[in-house]
Amino acid sequence: MKAIEAREVHLSFGETPALRGASVAVAPGEIVAIMGPSGSGKTTLLHCLAGILVPDAGEIHFDGRRIDTLNEHQRSVLRRDQFGFVFQFGQLVPELTAEENVALPLLLSGVKRAAALEQARPWFERLGLAGLQRRRSGELSGGQAQRVALARGLVARPGALFADEPTGALDSLTGEQVMDLLVASAREQGTTVVLVTHEARVAAYADRQVIVRDGKVNALVHS
Amino acid sequence: MTLLGLLECEPSHGYDLKRDYDTFFSRGKPLPFGQVYATLGRLARDGKIVIGEVEPGVGPERKRYVITERGATEVESWLTEPVEAEPNLQTVLFTKVVLALMLDRPAEEYLDRQRAAHLRRMKELTEIRRGGDLVDTMLADHGLFHLEADLHWIDTTVARLDALRKVVRR
Repeated sequence: MKAIEAREVHLSFGETPALRGASVAVAPGEIVAIMGPSGSGKTTLLHCLAGILVPDAGEIHFDGRRIDTLNEHQRSVLRRDQFGFVFQFGQLVPELTAEENVALPLLLSGVKRAAALEQARPWFERLGLAGLQRRRSGELSGGQAQRVALARGLVARPGALFADEPTGALDSLTGEQVMDLLVASAREQGTTVVLVTHEARVAAYADRQVIVRDGKVNALVHS
Repeated sequence: MTLLGLLECEPSHGYDLKRDYDTFFSRGKPLPFGQVYATLGRLARDGKIVIGEVEPGVGPERKRYVITERGATEVESWLTEPVEAEPNLQTVLFTKVVLALMLDRPAEEYLDRQRAAHLRRMKELTEIRRGGDLVDTMLADHGLFHLEADLHWIDTTVARLDALRKVVRR
């Protein structure tokens, strides 16, 4: 059983090939880290798996359904309803409070404001952010903002969480706190996680690591 | 040296020293009593500790060991001396890589296997630090940072294999 799978995916940006037959499969509830040198294609692979980019050739499957053949609108709905995202820089909406940021995926899915905020609030206690609900992103430290982003990524109980260098902007200790929370929360919800990182210490949190090199996935590395 | 350092904290008995050692330093490998008393005997012979008061008890008499000025000086110099850097792993790996290239073997594949072994160990240490107390966490951190440094070396070496191949196969 696979939750997410890429089969022989190729994608070029103009004349430059980014993926050249990349294949990877992630089991339900599994946490997989994609590693690799800069420019190897790891973020491109993540974006293909998450339905952000469409491959030139090959297939992407999520939950038994082929998603690379969906149109832009269908993929947008899929991302909104089924996927959560955490990026290197939290990318919180600066005009919104922290709790509104966490509630955002629910609001975009049509949940009423009061109900969305109600669902967002327990995350503040869970992620050690109690008392920060009304702050805006400029009033949060890097670690706090990233935990808010993590809560936003998980609040709608997505089938999969895609994280691109989620600790890249944090110091080592704060990064590990974020990873502790990411792993614990994902396990609690049974969320499948695909994580891109160049840091071995972050990858060590995953159940399994794969290496992308020259646009292909190296299957040698596994735990 | 660790026992001597513990004695600088305060005079202590052999049993208490073993308990403190096992709590902070042994990490699953308790120090045998025989080794504790052999070490204390050697330290006393070398004038680094002396036997203080002897307390009678139900069992054997309990000797209290006290560090001497000489012992304290040795602890001080040991603490201030940097630990020798250990380039051993890199040396072995470097030899493997160079030989693999000389023999036209798949050096990159060997390095990938080494990377997998390192990542497996890092995962084990990460589990230890997630579930352990502060002492476990700090010891696991030490291992993790060293393994991470090795991985940086492996990554850099993989990127330099083509250049290295030209150098070693001249």
